[in-house]
Amino acid sequence: MPHRYAIRVLEAANCIILGKDRELRLALACLIARGHLLIEDLPGVGKTTLAHVIARLIGLHFQRIQFTSDLLPADIVGVSIFDREASSFRFHPGPIFSQLILADEINRATPKTQSALLEAMEERQVTADSETHPLPEPFFVIATQNPSHQIGTFPLPESQLDRFLLRIRLGYPDRSAERALLMGEDRRELLERQPAVIQPDALLAMQQAAHAITVSERLVDYVQALLATTRHSPELAAGLSPRAGLGLIAAARAWALIEGRDHVLPEDIQTVFPHVAAHRLHTAGDGRSVTPEALGQLVRDVPVV
Amino acid sequence: MRDTRAPTPAQFGWLLAAVTATLAPHAIELPYWLAILCASLIAIRSALLWRRGKPPHQLVIVLVAVAAGIGVRFEFSHFFGKDPGVALLAVLLCLKLLESRTTRDLRAAVLLAYFLQLGLFFYNQTPGIAALALAGALLTTTTLLSLEDAAARPVAQLRTSAVLLSQGLPFMLVLFVLFPRVQGPLWGLPSDAYSGMTGLSDTMTPGSISQLGLSDAIAFRAEFDGTPPPPSQRYWRGPVLTRYDGRSWRPGFSTIAREPRYEPSGRAYEYRLTLEPHNQPWLLALDFPAADIPKTRYAGDFRLLAEQPVRMRTRFDLRSYPATAVGKVEDAIVLAEAQRLPANVNPRSRALAREIATEGAGPSEILALTLERLRGLDLTYTLSPPLLGTHSVDEFLFDTRQGFCEHFASAFVFLMRAAGVPARVVTGYQGGEINPVDGSLVVRQSDAHAWAEVWLVGRGWVRVDPTALAAPSRIESGLSAALPDWDVLPLLRRPGMDWLRDLRHRWDAVSNTWNQWVLGYNPDRQRDLLERMGFPQPDWRTLAMLLGVSAAGLMLLLLAWAFAQRRQHDPLDAAWTSFSRKLARHGAARHPWEGPLDYGKRLAMTFPEHAEPLRTISEDYARLRYRIGPADPHSVRLLARHIRRLKLK
Repeated sequence: MPHRYAIRVLEAANCIILGKDRELRLALACLIARGHLLIEDLPGVGKTTLAHVIARLIGLHFQRIQFTSDLLPADIVGVSIFDREASSFRFHPGPIFSQLILADEINRATPKTQSALLEAMEERQVTADSETHPLPEPFFVIATQNPSHQIGTFPLPESQLDRFLLRIRLGYPDRSAERALLMGEDRRELLERQPAVIQPDALLAMQQAAHAITVSERLVDYVQALLATTRHSPELAAGLSPRAGLGLIAAARAWALIEGRDHVLPEDIQTVFPHVAAHRLHTAGDGRSVTPEALGQLVRDVPVV
Repeated sequence: MRDTRAPTPAQFGWLLAAVTATLAPHAIELPYWLAILCASLIAIRSALLWRRGKPPHQLVIVLVAVAAGIGVRFEFSHFFGKDPGVALLAVLLCLKLLESRTTRDLRAAVLLAYFLQLGLFFYNQTPGIAALALAGALLTTTTLLSLEDAAARPVAQLRTSAVLLSQGLPFMLVLFVLFPRVQGPLWGLPSDAYSGMTGLSDTMTPGSISQLGLSDAIAFRAEFDGTPPPPSQRYWRGPVLTRYDGRSWRPGFSTIAREPRYEPSGRAYEYRLTLEPHNQPWLLALDFPAADIPKTRYAGDFRLLAEQPVRMRTRFDLRSYPATAVGKVEDAIVLAEAQRLPANVNPRSRALAREIATEGAGPSEILALTLERLRGLDLTYTLSPPLLGTHSVDEFLFDTRQGFCEHFASAFVFLMRAAGVPARVVTGYQGGEINPVDGSLVVRQSDAHAWAEVWLVGRGWVRVDPTALAAPSRIESGLSAALPDWDVLPLLRRPGMDWLRDLRHRWDAVSNTWNQWVLGYNPDRQRDLLERMGFPQPDWRTLAMLLGVSAAGLMLLLLAWAFAQRRQHDPLDAAWTSFSRKLARHGAARHPWEGPLDYGKRLAMTFPEHAEPLRTISEDYARLRYRIGPADPHSVRLLARHIRRLKLK
């Protein structure tokens, strides 16, 4: 039962990351929808822990890449080194050849390095020296980004942001969750002891099940109305792309699976919509990213039929 | 061309049903052989359709057509006018069925069928005929629909057709109200326009009124403002008969003037009279009409006359004064005519009259004595009196002693004249029945009556009803009460048929309304209506403009409605909308952007005592709506029922 797997992962994850059930669900939905996740927040709110937890609970091979301004593309994808004995170049795979990558502070690296990662994310393969190396399956990238106004960052261009299915913010924990965090055990130790609750092939099963979830005509009507509203809104610089529409439906399917339904409801769309749309939309005047309030208003402009 | 495709059996079936429904009401008007021919042609075509046989050879069809044409020529002796025209069209439509091979042929037959539905109104325009024509139009429209979409379900097609017709209804009303009216029967040719009208004639022979007594047909209706006069005062005056030739009575000398010859006095009754056409000028007003009734004239014998014979159902607003004294001063000619008797008839009655004349001192005494003698003769009132010979009054008074009102009136007037008192016969209607459904007074042909008037010095013409001697209840309670049990009576006059009479009353009320509002809508009333709407003296341009504007307005309304209805066709949407409406009345309308589950959750919080059903309904809706494929109709009905039964405190 794919839905049960999701519940099992969430129950375990909630014991380690406190008070972040919704964000955990969204992260899992992103994984189930075969998308990549962007977490944008201040340092220290648990971005890394979240990536760790997911990798651990599903039993995925995990790699963390700390992005810095001097990081080179080869540091990510790997290099071909001449092997004397074999008299040929041998490819040494980089850290990207893992099932779950945490690309920490992605906006600290140069655009060139960023694009190397993003290309690999999109194509799920790496080409080095005219040789193609497929990436492992499942392949999931969680990129974290500091708020872009911090010094020494290269903000990701819009076209690159589009590669991420969802963007979430973790934010500060609420009072009781923070108290439990402060008084409880060290999260890292807790994580060390935590065994995997499902296997990677269970994740594949969930991904397949999500793909089979019903999207009715009426729901597509609603999604199209929503997309059209973003495109006609005078407050936005540009509307959502068809790719964003596909992402919206994929994410909503995954969300419906986690909710235990075999069909997508407008509520699912409404839940994932801010996370799918926020990093792809910019306001018309100053080009800043849209606020959650603006997105909420946008959803209210579209009647559910 | 797709029109050359062969029609499917279903399409043909619809057409056959439409043609049958169209022609069936025509059957009574068609010559019987033609009706049989049409029926058998339809039957043959149906049999061919059933057994998938081949239609007959073209030559056979042509031969039948020619033969039918010749038959029609013989039957009507010409081809022009509505009767031969309709007859020919009917038989051609049936033949068209036989030769139809393509959907295009079916379309032609459909057009013919529409025309023949219109043709039903050439003969009569009762609500029943209107309903039959509508049924025919419904089936014919369904045929057209099936030609467009052969795959649709029959019930759905019927429903669509009904919806289409009802959408046409407002346009029909606008056209009815605003289309310029033409005076007179539009389709009637003079020769056949006024045939078949029944009513009083201006001659009376023994048996002429008892013949009418068998007819249930309505003579006129009267709607009184306030209480109608009592039955004993309901004398509706028709022809006044003075000349007597020993057998029949005819009208005598009478003047016609713009003013009545009397001063109306006493209590007045205002009423509206709706007269069925009888092709005679007299209006059958209640005695005695007021002096200022427009478009009428006054006869010297106190009849109220129309300017032309009444050939259409017509309404008159009248006022009558039953207590008026009339004819105190009377023409010598009239009085002389009122005393004249043919020689050598009824010797026994003459002897009786002489006896009375010597006994009585003056006209009043003679009148009283005559009535007394008549009462002493023990006469019987009956609808079917024995036939009388030459001396009809003698035979009636002394031999058969059975008679209808005309016998009584005739004998009484004879006796009075023989005794030297001026007297005359008045025919008309007496009584009438109040329809309990709409309160109008219905007077039927069976209420036809004959009574007498006697001229007394100083008092003028005095009404005497000799029938009351033998059958007082005829005057008070109508015909049925007065007749002996064994007599033949029209069905509706028989006591013990109350339920039937009640039904009849209801139907009368319906057809009266129909007559007043549909058939009675003539140029005058159209003008009145338009004037009241603020268009004084409308000419055809105003009418055309009004028509155009109203039609365009209706069109826009219909479009708007269709737009609003588009989504509501889905029963699931309708159920969900009604759910939201129901809760809106409790202040919890669904926000337009709100999904079903969110709405359900919010409702459960707003109405904690109903949380369970509210959540179930919204969850059921969400599942039915957003699962794949069309929702299962049974579940949708179930959900709709849950929503209907949901009761909030």
